[in-house]
Amino acid sequence: MNLTIFLLALFDGISYAALVFIVALGLTLIFGVMRILNIAHGSLYAIGAYATVSLTGFFLALGFAPVFAFPLMLVSAVLVGVLLGGPIEWLLLRRIYDKPEVLQLLVTFAVFMILEDVQRLVWGTQPYFQASALQALGNVTVFGVTYTVYQLILLPMVAIGLLLGLRFFLRHTVIGKLILATTEDREAAQSIGIDAERVFLFTFTVGAVLAGLGGALASPTTSILPGMGADMIVLSFAVVATAGLGQIGGAAVAALMIGLGRSFAVYVWPEVAVLVPYLIMVLVLLVRPEGLFGSPVARKI
Amino acid sequence: MKNLLTSSALCMALPMAAWAADKPETLKIGMTTFLTGSASVFGVPARDAMDIFVENRNAEGGINGVPIEVTYIDEGAGAEALTSEFRRMADSGGAEVMLAAISSGNCQTLAPLAEDLKVPNLMWDCGTQRIFEEADYEYVFRPQGNATSEMLAAVAYLLKTHPDFETIAVVNQDYAWGRDSWEIFHTALEVMKPDVEVVGEFFPKFGSPDFSTEISRLQALRPDVVLSTSWGGDLDTFVQQAFQRGLMNTSTFVLPLAESSLERLGNALPAGHIIGARGDHYFLHPERREDEDFTSFMAQYKEATGGIPVYSVFHASQAFAALTAAYEKAIADNDVDWPSEEQLLAALDGLEFQGLGRKLHLREDHQGVESQLMGTSVQTGEYPFATLENIMIFDGEGLLPPVGEESTAWIRTLDAGFVDSLSVETYEN
Amino acid sequence: MTDISQNSTSSRASRRPSARTLLTLAGVLLLVAVPLIAPTMQLLINLALAKGIAVLGVTVLLRAGQVSFGHALFFGISAYVGAFLVASMPGADMMLVLACGVLGALVAGLLVGLFVVRYRGIFFGMLNLAFSMIFWSILEKFYHITGGADGIRLTRPTVLGLEMERGGFELVIFYLSIALMVGLGWFTLRWFVSPVGQVFQTIKTNETRLEYLGLSPRRVLLSGYMLSAGLCGVGGSLMAMTQGVVTPEYVWWVRSAEMVFIAVLGGAGSVRGAFIGALVYEIVRIYASAYAGDIWQLLLGGFLLVIILFAPGGIMGIADSLIHRKGTRQ
Repeated sequence: MNLTIFLLALFDGISYAALVFIVALGLTLIFGVMRILNIAHGSLYAIGAYATVSLTGFFLALGFAPVFAFPLMLVSAVLVGVLLGGPIEWLLLRRIYDKPEVLQLLVTFAVFMILEDVQRLVWGTQPYFQASALQALGNVTVFGVTYTVYQLILLPMVAIGLLLGLRFFLRHTVIGKLILATTEDREAAQSIGIDAERVFLFTFTVGAVLAGLGGALASPTTSILPGMGADMIVLSFAVVATAGLGQIGGAAVAALMIGLGRSFAVYVWPEVAVLVPYLIMVLVLLVRPEGLFGSPVARKI
Repeated sequence: MKNLLTSSALCMALPMAAWAADKPETLKIGMTTFLTGSASVFGVPARDAMDIFVENRNAEGGINGVPIEVTYIDEGAGAEALTSEFRRMADSGGAEVMLAAISSGNCQTLAPLAEDLKVPNLMWDCGTQRIFEEADYEYVFRPQGNATSEMLAAVAYLLKTHPDFETIAVVNQDYAWGRDSWEIFHTALEVMKPDVEVVGEFFPKFGSPDFSTEISRLQALRPDVVLSTSWGGDLDTFVQQAFQRGLMNTSTFVLPLAESSLERLGNALPAGHIIGARGDHYFLHPERREDEDFTSFMAQYKEATGGIPVYSVFHASQAFAALTAAYEKAIADNDVDWPSEEQLLAALDGLEFQGLGRKLHLREDHQGVESQLMGTSVQTGEYPFATLENIMIFDGEGLLPPVGEESTAWIRTLDAGFVDSLSVETYEN
Repeated sequence: MTDISQNSTSSRASRRPSARTLLTLAGVLLLVAVPLIAPTMQLLINLALAKGIAVLGVTVLLRAGQVSFGHALFFGISAYVGAFLVASMPGADMMLVLACGVLGALVAGLLVGLFVVRYRGIFFGMLNLAFSMIFWSILEKFYHITGGADGIRLTRPTVLGLEMERGGFELVIFYLSIALMVGLGWFTLRWFVSPVGQVFQTIKTNETRLEYLGLSPRRVLLSGYMLSAGLCGVGGSLMAMTQGVVTPEYVWWVRSAEMVFIAVLGGAGSVRGAFIGALVYEIVRIYASAYAGDIWQLLLGGFLLVIILFAPGGIMGIADSLIHRKGTRQ
C-alpha cells in the first residue's frame, strides 16, 4: 500500500467516522446520564434526515438559496428533539426508571417499532435525495481523487466542534455540572436539591437533538429511505460499547477506529468491510470488558 | 376422415367439459408484494397499478362476468408471515391463482410451496434464473424474463455501443441478485470480449448509506466502465455520490435497473450512461407509446400516484395479462363457463399474452420470453429527469438458454458472434 | 403434569396447583386438537411453537437477570446446520437434522458462552448482539456457501426413513413441536429447581454471595447459557424444517429483540409464558399484517408498550392474578 492510497483511505475513514460519531454521541450521552440504551435513537436519526429533506425541499421550492439548507438542518434536529425526544422521556421513560433494564430496553424497542411505521406513513416508501447543501460547498481534488468539501471538511469539523462543545458544556456550565452530578449519584444529587427529572428530560432531549442532527447532516450524502435507522442504531451501539458506555471522548476514538478500519478494509480486503465494526467491538470487549475508556462499576453486595 | 377428427375431438372435449368448474362469485387472487422495506419502491407502484388493472377489467365485466378481487400480502413482513399468509390465501382464503413474488428469495420459498399446495402461481417479478433451471414445476409459471436475459441484453448493448472499452469495475449490492447478476455479466464478457480487464469488484452491504470509499477507489482505478445492478435507495445513493464527485464524467456507467430510478435521480444522472429496465419497460416505450391502452393507462397511473410507472408496474401488467388471457383461453378452448384447474394449467402452457410492453409467450419450461429494452441516458429538458436515447429492444428468444440448459454453462458456449446474432430494433429515442 | 406446578418456583402457583395444572393441560390438549378443529391455523401455530421454544431459551437467561440481544445466533446456527446437512445428505432423517442442529447450537453456545459469561447487564446483551451480527455478516458475505440473503433451501427430510408429502410431514412436525414444548418445558422447570438452577437464579439477586459460598458464577451462568442456546437451537431447527428455507434473517438483531419481546409479553421468566407469548405474538402479527396492511409494526409496538406499562408481569402475570382473585373469592 503506497502513501497515496493510505491517505485516501484515511480521508474516507475520517469523514465516515465523523457522521457515526455525531449519532453515537447522543446515544452515549443518554446512556451516561440515564443508564438507558435508547434503541429508538436510530429512528430519531432517520426522522431528522426526513425532516431536513422535506424542509429543504419546501424552502428551496420557495426560491431560497441552497445555503439555506444548513440552518434548516439545525431546525430539523431541534424539532426532532422537542417534538419527539421530549415527549418520549416525559410520557414513557419517566414511568419505567425503577423497572428492570430489560423493560427499559423494550420500551425503547417498542418506540422504535412505532416510529418505523410512522416514518412510512408520513414520508411513504420512495427514497428521497436532497443534496443542495452538499452541492453548495463544491468539491476539492486530492491526489487526483475528487472529494466533496461537505464530507471531507465540514463533517469532521462539526464532529470536533460537537465533541469540544459538549465537554465544555458539561464541565464549565451550571446545567452541565448538574447533569454530571446527577450522573455520578442520582440520590445524592436529589438530596442537594437538583431536580433529577428535569435533568433527565433535558438530557434526553439533547440526545434526541443529536440523533436528529446526525440524520440531518447525513441527509445530503445518502438516500433517505425506510429502514435507514435500523442500520445506524447497530453501528452506533458498536461505537458506544467499544468506547465504554457513557464515554464521550471515547466514542470519538471508537468511531475513528471503526471508520478507519472500515475504509482500510475497502482498500485492502473489501469483503470483510462490513464485519469490521463488530470485530473491533468484540476484540476490544474481550480485552477490556468495560470498553476502551469505561471504568468497572462497583458491585452491590 | 373429417368426421373421425371431429368425433375424436369431441371425445377429448367431453370429459374436459365434464370437469369444468362452477363459476365463482369472484375470482380471488393473492399477490405478494413489498408494502414495507426497501423493496417497496417496486412493491407499492405494482400494487397501485394492479388496483387500476383490476378496476378497469371489472368495469368491463371481469372475466366472463366474474369480477376479480386481489388480496395483497406484504413480503416485507418476514418469511413466517409471508408463508403462512400465502398458505392461508391458497388453502382457505379461496384464492384460485397466486402471484408471488418480488424477492428472488421469496420465489425460491414459495415456488415449491405452491407446487405442494397445487395452486397455480405466477412468479411476477423475481429475477433469479435458478428456479426453472434447478427443478420442474407443474403449477409455477413466470410471465417475465429472468436475470440471464436481462444481463445478456446489458452486455450486448454495452458491446454494441462501446466496443472498445478495456477495463471494468463492478459495485453491486451484496446479496444474491448482486452476486448472480455479476456472475452472468462477467461470464458473458469473458467469452464475448476476453481482453477486458476487471479492475475492481465491490459488494457493499445491502442498504449501504455510503459509497464514498468505493468511489474514492474507483477514481483512483479509473475504469472505462462501471457496472452496477443495484436498485432502489442503494442505486440512488451510489449514482448521486458518484455524480457529485465527478466519477460519472470519467467512466461510463452501466445500470441495468436504473429505469426504476430515473424520476428520483432527476438531473443527477447525466447523459451518456447505459440504462436498463429488466425487460421492455419504459414509460415512453417506442413501439407502444402511441397505443391507446398504453396512453390511457399512463394517464390513469399518473392520476392515481402522481408519478411515472417503473418496471415493476410493467411486470404486474404482464402477470395480470397472463392471468386473464389464460382464463379466456381456457374458457374458449373448452367451451365452458369457468375452467377447472387442469384446464387453466393447460391454457397457461405456451400462452401468448401482452401487458404494457411487447407480446410475450411462455416456453415449455414455463419461463416467459420477454424482450429487453436498453438505452443511453440523455437530459433533454422535456422532463425534469433523464430519459433514454439510442434505444435498442432485443428480442427475448435469443437471450435465454435453450430449455433444460443451465445459464452459466450455456453462456460459456457462446462467443463474440453472439451479439450480432441477436434480433434487435433500434430507435432514436 | 402435576409435577410442573408442584415444583414451580412461584409461591402463589404452588398454593393453587390445580387451577394452573388444569389450565396448562387444557391448553396443551387444545393445541393437540388444532389440526382437527382449526387446520388453517396449524402452520401458524407450528411456527409460533418453534419460536416459543427459542423464547424459552431467552426466558432461562431472564431468570438470571440477563438479557441477550443476540440469541437469534443459536436459532440461526441450528437452522443452517440442518440446511447444510440436508444439502450434503439428501433425505436425511428429521431427528438427525434436529439433533445435529441442536448440537451445532450447543457448540456455538459453549464457545460464545465462554466469553460472554464474564459480562453482565448491558454488556452481556451487547456482546451477544455483536456475535450474532458477526455471524449475520458472514452469512451475507460468504454467499457462495450460504446463498447470501436468499438463504438456502432445506428440502424436506425423511421421517423414520419415509419420504413424506407436505401435509403428512407438517402433521408430524406439528406433533413433534408439541411434544418438544411439553418435554423441554418440563425439563426447564425441573432445571430451575435443581441445585444448579437454583444457584443460576441467584445470579439475578445476589451474585457476590455466590462467590462467598465458593461457587463460580461464571460456570453456573455458562451451564444456563448452554441450556438457553440449546433451546434456541431446537426452535431454529423446527422453524427451518417447517419453513423449508433458512435465510440470514434468522440471525438479524431484530429477531433477537423479538424473542426478548415475546418473553416479556408472555411474562418474563415464565416457562408457560414463553409459549403463550409466542402464540399471542404470532397471531397478533399475522392479523395485523393481514388487516392493517402496512402498520403492523406500529400495532405491535403499541401492544408492547401497553403490556410493559400496565401489565409488567406479562400475560402470565394477568392470568396469575385472575386465578388468584378467583381463588381468594372461593
